[in-house]
Amino acid sequence: MTLLRFLIPAFVALAMVVPPVQAQDGPLRIEITEGVVEPLPFALPTFVAENPEAQEWAQRITDVVAADLTGTGLFRRIPQEAFVTQITEFTPQVTYANWKAINAQALVTGAVSVSGDQINVKFRLFDVFSEAPLGEGLQFGGSTDAWRRLAHKVSDAVYSRITGETGYFDSRVVYVSETGPKNDRLKRLAVMDYDGANVQYLTDSTSLVLAPRFSPGGERVLYTSYETGFPQIYELNVGSVNRVPLSVPAESMTFAPRYAPDGRTVIFSAAINGNTDIYRSRPGGQPEALTNAPSIETAPSYSPDGSEIVFESDRSGTPQLYIMPSGGGEPRRISFGEGRYGTPVWSPRGDLIAFTKQNAGRFHIGVMRTDGSEERLLTASFLDEGPTWAPNGRVIMFTRESAGAGGQPALFSVDVSGRNLKQIPTPNAASDPAWSPLLQ
Amino acid sequence: MKFNLAAVTLTALLGLAACSSPDRFGPGGPGDATGLYDPNNPGFGNGSVTTGPLDPGSAEYFQQSVGDRVLFAVDQSSISPEARSTLMAQANWLNSNPGYTAIIEGHADEQGTREYNLALGARRASSARDFLVSQGVSAARLRTVTYGKERPIEVCSTESCYAQNRRAVTVVASGMPVS
Repeated sequence: MTLLRFLIPAFVALAMVVPPVQAQDGPLRIEITEGVVEPLPFALPTFVAENPEAQEWAQRITDVVAADLTGTGLFRRIPQEAFVTQITEFTPQVTYANWKAINAQALVTGAVSVSGDQINVKFRLFDVFSEAPLGEGLQFGGSTDAWRRLAHKVSDAVYSRITGETGYFDSRVVYVSETGPKNDRLKRLAVMDYDGANVQYLTDSTSLVLAPRFSPGGERVLYTSYETGFPQIYELNVGSVNRVPLSVPAESMTFAPRYAPDGRTVIFSAAINGNTDIYRSRPGGQPEALTNAPSIETAPSYSPDGSEIVFESDRSGTPQLYIMPSGGGEPRRISFGEGRYGTPVWSPRGDLIAFTKQNAGRFHIGVMRTDGSEERLLTASFLDEGPTWAPNGRVIMFTRESAGAGGQPALFSVDVSGRNLKQIPTPNAASDPAWSPLLQ
Repeated sequence: MKFNLAAVTLTALLGLAACSSPDRFGPGGPGDATGLYDPNNPGFGNGSVTTGPLDPGSAEYFQQSVGDRVLFAVDQSSISPEARSTLMAQANWLNSNPGYTAIIEGHADEQGTREYNLALGARRASSARDFLVSQGVSAARLRTVTYGKERPIEVCSTESCYAQNRRAVTVVASGMPVS
C-alpha cells in the first residue's frame, strides 16, 4: 500500500518509474479513472458541536459526509478508534504526524452550531502528507430542515478538492415509485435526494406515469401520464406540483420527453397513426417534426450545448443510435456493435453517450464516445435500462429489473468506470430515475 | 358455496367487461369500481339465477367468443394468418353491432426499453386498427392506445409469457364514436 497508488492511480506503469518522494511532494489528488483500485484512506472525526444543541446535528452531518465520500468507492474512512488523537476544537492547526501515523491521506474537520432552527456547518480539509490545508475553510448555513443538504455541500467541496471534479452529492433524483403485482403495477412520481433520503411523492398512483425528466434548473419535471387514458406528456412544477399538458401534435400519443439546455424547448416522441417520430415543442410555437420516417424514432437527448440530438431509431432494421442536428436533418449512425441500442443520454460533460444495450438475452448499461468509438459496457443483468447521468458526468443511475413473476425494478448506480455498482435504497420498487443538476 | 362463488365470479367478469375507460388496468378510472366485488350487492341476493349463452351483441360475447386479441412475433407488427382470421371476426362483429366503439391497445413484452416498446405498441395497435378499417369498420369508431411493456397479462420471464404479451387487444364499449 504505497502512496503512489493513491496519487497516480491512473498511470500505474508510469508510477513505477517515478521516485516515491516526488509523489509525496505532489498535492493530494485522485484521478477518477478505471485505474482507481484502492480507495483513499481519510480521517473524518465527528464534527465538533459548538453548542449543546448542535450535538446531535454534528453527529448526523458527519455520518452523511462519511456516507457520501465512502459511497463513491474512491474513499475509505479510517475508524475513529484508530485515531491517536481526537479533534475537540475546530482550529486551522492540526498535528499532521498524528494523522500520518494512521496513514490518513486526507483529514476533514468540521464544526456545527445551531441557533433556533438555523444550523451552520464549517469544515476544513487537510492534505496530511503534504502537511498543508487543501483549500480554505468553508461554511454553509441553512435551516435545520436542510441539514442533509449542508452535509452534502461539505462532501461536494471535499470531493471536488481531491478529485478536481465538481461534486454530485447535493442533488436530487426524480423517479417512478412502483407497487403492486407485475400485471397490475401502480406507479407514481417521486423525488428523493441522490442517496435515497427524503422521498416525496409528486403524483398519486391513479394514473400510470412514466419516465420523468428534470429541467436544467431542477424546478420542473416532464413526464408521461395516462390520465386521459392515452399517453400524454405533462410538465410538473416540483414546488407546487401543478401540472400542465405539453402542446403536442393532434391525434398523437406522446412520450420520451426531454428538455433542451434552454429549459424551455422540449423534444419528445409522438406516435401518429402507429408511426413514431421525434418532435420539438418551443414556447409559443406549434410542435414541429424533427424526423419523418416510417421507422421508430424515439428517446431523443440533447447535447449539452444544444446543437445536436442523439436518438434511437430502427430504420436499419434493429434499434440503433443516431445523432442529428438539433433542428433535424440527416442523422449519422453511431452504434455499430452487436445487439440493439436504446435510450441514449448525452453526458453533461459532452464527452460520452450512455445507452441501454440488449444483446444475447442480456441488458447492459454502456457508454461510448459521441462518434461511437470506445464502447464500454458497465453493467449486465436480466434487464438494465434507462441511464441518467450524475451532474458531474462521473456516475450513472439506471433501472434494474429482476426476472419472473415476482420481478421488481430497483435503482442502481455505477461509476462511468464500471466500478462501484450499488443499489439506491427506496421505500418501494423504483424505476426511471432522472438526476437533477447540482442544486444551488 | 360453489354456486355462490360462480355467481360472484360472473358478476365480477361482467362488471369488468362493461368498463369503458381506456386505462382499464389502473384504479380510479371511470367505471373502475364496477369490477370490484361489493359485499352489499353480491349479485345473488334475489335467489334466482338464470343460465344461458351470452348475448351475441354484448361486449363479453365479443371478448370471449369472437376473440378480443391478436398476437405478434418479436419486434413485429405485421398481421399473422391467425391474427387475420380473428380480426376478420372482430370486423364482422363490429359491422353487425354499430352501436359499439373500440379502443385497440398495443402491447409489447418486457424485452426492450420502455421508450421503444411504447412505439412498438403503437405500431401494433395501428396495424390491427388498419386491418379492421380495411374490413369496412369506420375509422371514426376506432381509437388506438399503446401501453408498451407496462401492462403484461402474463408475468413469467420466458417466451411462453412473452408470446401472450405481444398483443393487440380490441376493447369494445357501447357509445358514440370516438374521434
